[in-house]
Amino acid sequence: MSSFDVMFYVIAAMTLFSAAIMVFSKNIIYNAMGLLFAFFGVAGVYVMLGADFIAATQLLIYVGGILVLLLFGVMLSQRITGLEMRTGTLQMLPATIVCAGVAAILLRMIWLTPWQKTAVAPPEPTTKNIGTLFMTDYLIPFEIVSVLLLAALVGAAFIGRREAR
Amino acid sequence: MQVGLTHFLVLGAILFCLGLLAVITKRNAVTVLMGAELIINAANINLIAFARYTDKDLDGQMFGVFVIVVAAAGAAVALAIVLNLYQRMRSVNLDEADSLAG
Repeated sequence: MSSFDVMFYVIAAMTLFSAAIMVFSKNIIYNAMGLLFAFFGVAGVYVMLGADFIAATQLLIYVGGILVLLLFGVMLSQRITGLEMRTGTLQMLPATIVCAGVAAILLRMIWLTPWQKTAVAPPEPTTKNIGTLFMTDYLIPFEIVSVLLLAALVGAAFIGRREAR
Repeated sequence: MQVGLTHFLVLGAILFCLGLLAVITKRNAVTVLMGAELIINAANINLIAFARYTDKDLDGQMFGVFVIVVAAAGAAVALAIVLNLYQRMRSVNLDEADSLAG
């Protein structure tokens, strides 16, 4: 096994273990911490796929933004004292069966499909090319997504404020 | 077996199923959101793996960037909805938010 393979298995194991903690732990803070390390693992996967810009974006936006936002959500919507930090589960057994079925179908599909592959070039820095693409081929989607982001932020502030009575 | 496209797709599929499990079993709305983020990450792994192994240019990675932006916008709006729900019902348990049920 090459060092690339070893790194992949280490990162994948960390990601899946953290994601499993996120799914199966009953404590919401443990859920959030599991999600944190799962995000880190996914960033590592991006690095292994030669996507350096996406990996940095993943760390900045998911770990630095979305996770903090989710923790705010936990803190603002729970009674911190007492046993209220626990979250229950509903219909665990049928849900597990359904998810295992979906996983089996997906894995079988991945295994049986003859994926068309091209030779893998050695990874090179992508940031400059992504910036150029944003300003040329992807200019319209870039502008649309910026307007979407503005609308989402205004909408979030509007929905989240206290009712004026 | 050398690590290739299949390995990354399998990782994405398992991550997707874990996220799905969190979304459909958790009672707490914030934890359901965490599961949704896990699903989005799994989809993004697939996009970037295909960009690496089957594509010569950066289109897959551009899609990845847009997915991350839209996920951030979605998380902000969803958190606002959860906080509004908490102000109205003093609870974020999804099975108690059933006032629209007939």
